Amino acid sequence: MRFIEAIRSALGAIMTNTLRSLLTMLGIVIGVAAVIAMVAIGAGARNLVDSQIRSLGANLAIVTPGNVTQGGARLGAGAASSLTDDDAQAMRREVDGVVAAAPFVQGLTQVVSGGSNWATRIYGIDLDWFDAREWDVASGRGFDAEEIRRGDIVVILGETVARNLFGEEDPIDRTVRVRNVPFRVIGVMAPKGQSAFGQDQDDVIFVPLDAGRRRVIGRNYARDGSVGSIFVKFANEEDIEPGIALMTDLLRQRHRITGDQENDFSIRNLTEIANTATASANTLSLLLAAVAAVSLLVGGIGIMNIMLVSVTERTREIGLRLAVGARPRDILSQFLIEATTLSTIGGMIGVGLGVGAAYFVASLAGWPSLVSMNAVLVAVGFSAMVGIFFGFYPAQRAARLDPIEALRRD
Amino acid sequence: MALIETRGLRRVYNLDAGRVVALDHVDLDVENGDFLAVMGPSGSGKSTFMNLVGCLDRPTSGHYSLGGTTVERLDANGLAHLRNREIGFVFQQFNLLPRLDALANVELPMIYAGIDRKHRRERAIHALERVGLTDRARHRPMQLSGGQQQRVAIARALVNNPSLLLADEPTGALDSKTAEEILGLFQELNREGTTVVLVTHDADVGRHAGRLVRFKDGRVTEDSRQTPVLVPLAEAAE
Ligand SMILES: Nc1ncnc2c1ncn2[C@@H]1O[C@H](COP(=O)(O)OP(=O)(O)OP(=O)(O)O)[C@@H](O)[C@H]1O
Ligand SMILES: [Mg+2]
Repeated sequence: MRFIEAIRSALGAIMTNTLRSLLTMLGIVIGVAAVIAMVAIGAGARNLVDSQIRSLGANLAIVTPGNVTQGGARLGAGAASSLTDDDAQAMRREVDGVVAAAPFVQGLTQVVSGGSNWATRIYGIDLDWFDAREWDVASGRGFDAEEIRRGDIVVILGETVARNLFGEEDPIDRTVRVRNVPFRVIGVMAPKGQSAFGQDQDDVIFVPLDAGRRRVIGRNYARDGSVGSIFVKFANEEDIEPGIALMTDLLRQRHRITGDQENDFSIRNLTEIANTATASANTLSLLLAAVAAVSLLVGGIGIMNIMLVSVTERTREIGLRLAVGARPRDILSQFLIEATTLSTIGGMIGVGLGVGAAYFVASLAGWPSLVSMNAVLVAVGFSAMVGIFFGFYPAQRAARLDPIEALRRD
Repeated sequence: MALIETRGLRRVYNLDAGRVVALDHVDLDVENGDFLAVMGPSGSGKSTFMNLVGCLDRPTSGHYSLGGTTVERLDANGLAHLRNREIGFVFQQFNLLPRLDALANVELPMIYAGIDRKHRRERAIHALERVGLTDRARHRPMQLSGGQQQRVAIARALVNNPSLLLADEPTGALDSKTAEEILGLFQELNREGTTVVLVTHDADVGRHAGRLVRFKDGRVTEDSRQTPVLVPLAEAAE
């Protein structure tokens, strides 16, 4: 009997008992649907976290003042910062692989334009910042070297701030007041979206480092030339680890820290944090695979059970088929194909439901749904294998029936 | 050479309750074109004999050849092949597959003969024509009368052009008028050259055969030629 015909006849047998067949498939359907959905949702979430962490910029390390103890960073604790412009310049100069070292200060402030008024985050930055963060202005221009050197009172607005203060109007060359200091708007940043922690990254304004230090957030940076933190960007991912070691030595030397004295700064590898997040997402995927295996196993046992029932119910049919010339192996393949068709249809329904669920969740959460073709193929392939594996014993029982006894059974 | 040749054919069942000799040294030749009625009391071994002749069962000892093939030497696949090509079965309970229509039921033996769909269809329709059931091709067994179901079963039995038609109590579940029609059909097929072996309790049925073999306690006790009662052609064709 040719394969297509065998499948057609299997479909006929499955359809005579539609409800029972559907119930039998349910285990596989649910298992596959859960896996497809969870893998897709997991991939979507991972992708989001990943891209957001990486949206800080690739191959980035951050140097912060104070010591990080056991995961808790004492950022902006109010004490005078131990880091300075000169530290940044020294790193840029002396550490191999560093392409940008961007010192910055930050704070919260009100921005006023005419009648509008907006609370936002302010960064005082230097020329390296936009390189380090791989972020560009969308309209107007960035700071030039002179503006940075002199600490001019010019400002670049984040997209959210521009929209809230000026609406549809062009903010370029308009004036905004920050702490009563009139800043001239020279540019608006390209939108960057939400951060991994749900923050609006476009709710921000940038001013030259010195302008920020002196005019806006000066209190915390009493010591001349001190900065909040320093972003350090490396040319390649491989440069980061040795670079961090060099930077540590350099800063200890510059800060005159000797022997077993603690560092008064800490350096974190942001690329590594992203990698760690990806790795834990991978662990989650493995867990999902285990759940999938268990549900497919349960589904398979359900199929085996119903196939055994089916063989018993159709003993007479088997006897008749043998009498008209079916060989044992014809009977074997008939029931094997039936079990496999059952489980494969279950798998395909499961894929359908899973993809649906993934898109639904993705649209709710607002991230791209990543249904991988691989996961779909693996799921359908696995369901088929479950059918073959768990259908084999019942099929073999059918094939071993004695024709006379089978015909006599009712 | 006879179509069926049995020599010392023996079938013994070993049960916990003891040994049952169902068939004991049967020597029988059935010629091509014979219409043989097998009769005898219940438990005399008729069905056992039919199962052996039909290659559904294997003898405990003795020799059986069908159309020159030594059957006891064949494996399961060889037996299946013989059943498929050389033998057509008709059962008392029809044994049609309930979920298939008449046409699909008739096609079944051809599936295992590896015949493609188109030719199967053609030949099944032709076989249904021969038993006078073309208009019921799309009906399922449940939608047919007993006589019609048995006609479908006969169509299925002859669709692979077997040399031998085996029928164990084919009229046992039918009323006498319908039984008569079925017997007429067998006589017609027999006239066209098919060898028919028919098991029955019923002497009236047995009279339709040209040769009568009587079993008792697993042995042949009578083997005689007779003039068959012929069913009028019109009735058979009806
Ligand atoms: N599968 C079996 N296991 C054990 N004994 C069997 C089996 N089949 C038949 N027999 C025995 O073999 C003997 C012959 O049985 P068989 O079925 O051939 O009789 P029969 O002539 O067809 O009877 P009936 O007219 O009632 O159908 C009986 O004694 C029966 O009990
Ligand atoms: Mg019997």
